[in-house]
Amino acid sequence: MALSIEDIKKIAHLARIEVSESDAAATLTKLTGILGLIEQMQAVDTKGIAPMSHSQDVVQRLREDVVTKTNQREAFQKVAPVLGNGSTDQAVDSGLYLVPKVIE
Amino acid sequence: MINCSLKALGQMLAKKQVSSVELTQEFLNRIDTLNPEINAYIALDKNKSLAQAKAADIRIAAGSAAPLTGIPIAQKDIFCATGWKTTCGSKMLANFVAPYDAHVISQFDAAGAVNLGKTNMDEFAMGSSNETSYFGGVKNPWDFTRVPGGSSGGSAAAVAARMCAAATGTDTGGSIRQPASLCGFTGLKPTYGVVSRYGMIAFASSLDQAGPMAKSAEDCALMMNVMAGFDERDSTSLQRDKEDYTRDLNKPLNGLRVGLPKEFFADGLDANVAKVVETAIAEYKKLGAEIVEISLPNTGLSIPVYYVLAPAEASSNLSRYDGVRYGHRAAEYTDLMDMYCKSRAEGFGAEVKRRILIGTYVLSAGYYDAYYLKAQQIRRLIAQDFEEAFKHCDVIMGPAAPSTAFKAGEKVDDPVAMYLQDIYTISTNLAGLPGMSIPAGFSAGSDGKALPVGLQIIGNYFDEARMLNVAHQYQQVTDWHTRMPELNTLKEVA
Repeated sequence: MALSIEDIKKIAHLARIEVSESDAAATLTKLTGILGLIEQMQAVDTKGIAPMSHSQDVVQRLREDVVTKTNQREAFQKVAPVLGNGSTDQAVDSGLYLVPKVIE
Repeated sequence: MINCSLKALGQMLAKKQVSSVELTQEFLNRIDTLNPEINAYIALDKNKSLAQAKAADIRIAAGSAAPLTGIPIAQKDIFCATGWKTTCGSKMLANFVAPYDAHVISQFDAAGAVNLGKTNMDEFAMGSSNETSYFGGVKNPWDFTRVPGGSSGGSAAAVAARMCAAATGTDTGGSIRQPASLCGFTGLKPTYGVVSRYGMIAFASSLDQAGPMAKSAEDCALMMNVMAGFDERDSTSLQRDKEDYTRDLNKPLNGLRVGLPKEFFADGLDANVAKVVETAIAEYKKLGAEIVEISLPNTGLSIPVYYVLAPAEASSNLSRYDGVRYGHRAAEYTDLMDMYCKSRAEGFGAEVKRRILIGTYVLSAGYYDAYYLKAQQIRRLIAQDFEEAFKHCDVIMGPAAPSTAFKAGEKVDDPVAMYLQDIYTISTNLAGLPGMSIPAGFSAGSDGKALPVGLQIIGNYFDEARMLNVAHQYQQVTDWHTRMPELNTLKEVA
């Protein structure tokens, strides 16, 4: 199926990646080429073949329901990004991460 | 000293002919000289490296050294290492200092090895030339106008230019073996699940596997002894007994059945590469191997299948980079959605974005069956091809890459041409099989410079020890693996 500029914008929105008009046009060309390559799959008859998601036939291990991880909030908050919008502070406050307001 | 095997270095350290501090300093000096040109390392921390070397010297003096104690190892920048910048070659993580250690890093630390620095790589391991790195390309030590391959391009150049004793890499579609072929050294991608992925930044989780990149099969075996093993923190780590990967190195190859897949010698393979590979196979005949023709009929489909599955998994894995808790956040944004979209648009490079978009598309409503499910079904056919082939042979051999190192910039605007670099390596990732590339000779490039060619050896599941044996025996009767690029001119200039 041929992709359009509108498709690119829709996919980019789903992927949460901003694309400019010129980016979208360039991306369309490249993705069309890649999808052309992928299209070769359609010639194969795969009726009745079980999909393979993993090379080893293993199941998820279970473990005892006990705490195994220590609290590393401070270490993790140290690598928080800069807040932005004019502030050079880290986007953290009282052990929480700061993001734009989502609830009025 | 820089050209010594890991075993020889270990013996020199044990006999106190050299200290780990001296050895580490020697490599750091060489890095100082060569790295400004080659760009193999993107993070160095001499104090950290030397502190580890000092600790190793104390351990050696105390008589409790392990085989790799005091040996300087380069770590691909995909592995989190506490206190080290861990960028995965991306602007997204350009300022990320890892707060914990990857399992692979912990294993080397426990062995007393020295972390010499973090090596350059294609952004999020997506690439076959190291040109997608936010920190710039890496030069192939054999010819500075050419790429080292990718995605483990920095580790590859570091091993080839002897800027480390050995290095780690990861291989999702060929990222250890293709650079090993293009830079002329020995690289092994183990069976999926043998080396823990904990703390190894995820690209395509059902395919990603870490492995050693070193000067010889014996060195790779010693590295595997450190890297491999069960780790409960990786849900796909396999519960198996600890192995000694050096155990079979010296076995003779009499009666070894070598399968040659006819699809690996068809159109698309450079004639000079084919010649080198055929000469290597003739050498195996002399060593007592029996050659069997086999077929892997779905080889050609491995690339389309991979470019559905890997981007699909990547689009999911990379959704974690949202600018909230770590990584790049846009400087200016209006609301939360705008923050996500701008942070990701700015933080990811073009190839990573392409793959996220492809992955998002093939997983989106209405297309799942036609792309993702279909690819998973063909993945099984590819794995079955190998299952059938291994009924007739013990190992499979062929080229690791379709050509020698190509010119920087040559394929950068043509993703499909770049993807074809991995035609001989991707199918083993899809099947989860182990594969390696060993130096098999040279072929003259268009401008006359000799460029390395790799021979790929693919084994059955968990057959790494046998593959290392097969490679080691070849390295006993050939000296391709001892060749190193002439870099003296550069040293004089510096």
